[in-house]
Amino acid sequence: MSVPPFDPVTAVLAIPLGAAAILALLPGYRLASRINVAAAALTFLAALALLEARPTPGRFFFVDDLNIVFVVLSTFVGFTTSMFSAGYIAHELDTGRLTPVYLRFYHAMYQILMFAMNLALLANVIGLMWVAVELATLTTVLMVGVYRTHEALEAAWKYFILGSVGIALALFGTILVYMTAQPVVGQGLDAMMWTVLMRQAAGFDATLLNLAFVFLFLGYGTKVGLVPLHAWLPDAHAEGPTPISAVLSGLLLNVALYAILRFKMLLAANAEAIAPGPLMMTLGLVSLVFAAFMLYRRRDIKRFFAYSSIEHMGIIVFAFGVGGPLANFAGLLHMTMHSLTKSAIFFVVGHITRIKGTQKITEITGLTESHPMLGWLLIAGVAAIAGLPPSGIFVSEFLLVSSTFYQQKLLALVLVFGLLVALGALVMRLAGFAFGKPVGGMEPSRMSYAPIFLHLGFVFVAGIYQPAAFVAWLRHVAVLLG
Amino acid sequence: MASLAFDVSHLLAGGLVLLSFMLLYQDRMYALLNIFALHAFVLSLSIVWQAVIQDAPHLYVTAAISLLFKAVAIPMALRRLVQRLNIHRTIETVVGIGPTMLLGMGLVALSMQLMLSATAASDPLIREDMAFALSIVLLGLLMMVTRRNAVGQVIGFMSIENGLVLAATGARGMPLVVEISVAFSILIAFIVIGIFLFRIRERFDTVDVQALDRFRGERQ
Repeated sequence: MSVPPFDPVTAVLAIPLGAAAILALLPGYRLASRINVAAAALTFLAALALLEARPTPGRFFFVDDLNIVFVVLSTFVGFTTSMFSAGYIAHELDTGRLTPVYLRFYHAMYQILMFAMNLALLANVIGLMWVAVELATLTTVLMVGVYRTHEALEAAWKYFILGSVGIALALFGTILVYMTAQPVVGQGLDAMMWTVLMRQAAGFDATLLNLAFVFLFLGYGTKVGLVPLHAWLPDAHAEGPTPISAVLSGLLLNVALYAILRFKMLLAANAEAIAPGPLMMTLGLVSLVFAAFMLYRRRDIKRFFAYSSIEHMGIIVFAFGVGGPLANFAGLLHMTMHSLTKSAIFFVVGHITRIKGTQKITEITGLTESHPMLGWLLIAGVAAIAGLPPSGIFVSEFLLVSSTFYQQKLLALVLVFGLLVALGALVMRLAGFAFGKPVGGMEPSRMSYAPIFLHLGFVFVAGIYQPAAFVAWLRHVAVLLG
Repeated sequence: MASLAFDVSHLLAGGLVLLSFMLLYQDRMYALLNIFALHAFVLSLSIVWQAVIQDAPHLYVTAAISLLFKAVAIPMALRRLVQRLNIHRTIETVVGIGPTMLLGMGLVALSMQLMLSATAASDPLIREDMAFALSIVLLGLLMMVTRRNAVGQVIGFMSIENGLVLAATGARGMPLVVEISVAFSILIAFIVIGIFLFRIRERFDTVDVQALDRFRGERQ
């Protein structure tokens, strides 16, 4: 029997799945959390191997320039979050918020979520991608409800109901795409494969394709957290364990966004189909401005940063809606930077809420005095997310604003207005968090700061210097997106 | 044969839309469960008919899953749940029955208009099927919006899934992977919902979603 050659695609999918099975059976959190970290690290390494040797597209899975960005990013954040989670969860066990059985469940679910996200990103079949997004939704629903408090159950139920409605609309859109493709491509699996669809999109019936896109955009848009459909997002972020908030904001929203981008490319390949740009620009701007105003009224720190995620997803969807090489480049860069920054902020918030024992904004003050390290890390993170130089988000927002001014002057005004409103809210709250008289718990934090330094380091370096290979690659993908 | 094939699938799909309307105005728990079981049963008949006319034996599997899980197992489980929780009395709705029915008719008219004009070039059988499927999906959404009760929302969600399965089987030659996954996801979704209902019961004395709404918004 010969040993099968190492295949990164299989590895990226099989490692989380195998780890989930092991973690479901293992008692004892120390070992389990270490295995969780190790599995996430191996998955990340396998994703890096994809960069080196890109496999040829298969029937079910494929790797191209677009999805590899997403895979590497999501396995990286998955890895750092697992490191954060190890420290966080130990404490949850000490305080009795989680029992050992639930902890086992938590770790297994974490790996299944990683599997589902990688599956959605690598799937070549649009039906398989849909199944993976549904699986990711179900696992996160269970994770959000894991504390079983009033609020957690309500948040999970709301997320479940809105998420499944979104997922149902997306499936209807997927079936419509198949119906559109079937007369041209023929029956069977071929009419659901990205690689085939993209080649033959020019011959599809444009009316049906437009209709399909509307369903897909609303369906997956629910998962992205675009504004009329965002109600689940703040609750789910606030009530679940903090590592899950980090994964939701940093990764799951991106996966749904990836689905939208793929279908947008499909429409772009068909000359007669409507341009999806205006629809995406409208919802993006509405999300940005709405969330920016909502930031002022938040009293819960995790909810506060959840609204900031809605705001940034709005910016990203807007960027891809504007289209063109420059705006797409800005969108991709912004997406990467947002994932890194927002998960870092949630790590910091996890430390803070653990020490203070509360999520209320009014009870978190004077951090630079009581916990200088945490306080300054929070300042750095919020400055980055607000788009102050020299963070990478400043670069992407600057690129987006300038390319929007070039194409749509009036919309650029709305965009800048929204950004400034959000900046005001962030600075106002940050002043409260960081300075003033410290209240509440004073004990030092024992958890590791390494993931936070790593993420924020990348973000601030990217604001000053970006390697030529990275830029060339993003530029290439931006052109692909059309 | 061609016209018979069209007539029977038209009849079954139209029957599903009619049953969706019945779900919409039903205000007693057991009656709601019975009608949902009938909904799933008609759906499985429709899938069997599609399997016959498309000569696609794998659709029988889908039909069997639909019959066993959605027409028998799930209504039975929900019935036991309703008994245990003692919530078989009337179901509160957010909007009155009259306006709900009018809204439902509006949604069906909308989906007919939308689908029939969008699919002008397709096979008439597929066109009708898709138009009915969209109606069922929209009626299910309406039901989820107008029900306050968690069980009512679950039934609304499953009727949406029924509409989706109708669409998926109507589209010729759609790969098996998808149908099985749809059936699976319904199963998973049901387990999730079941767990939630029991957990909610552990914590509160009601499955009325409005009772949960007290905790909505910011914690002061």
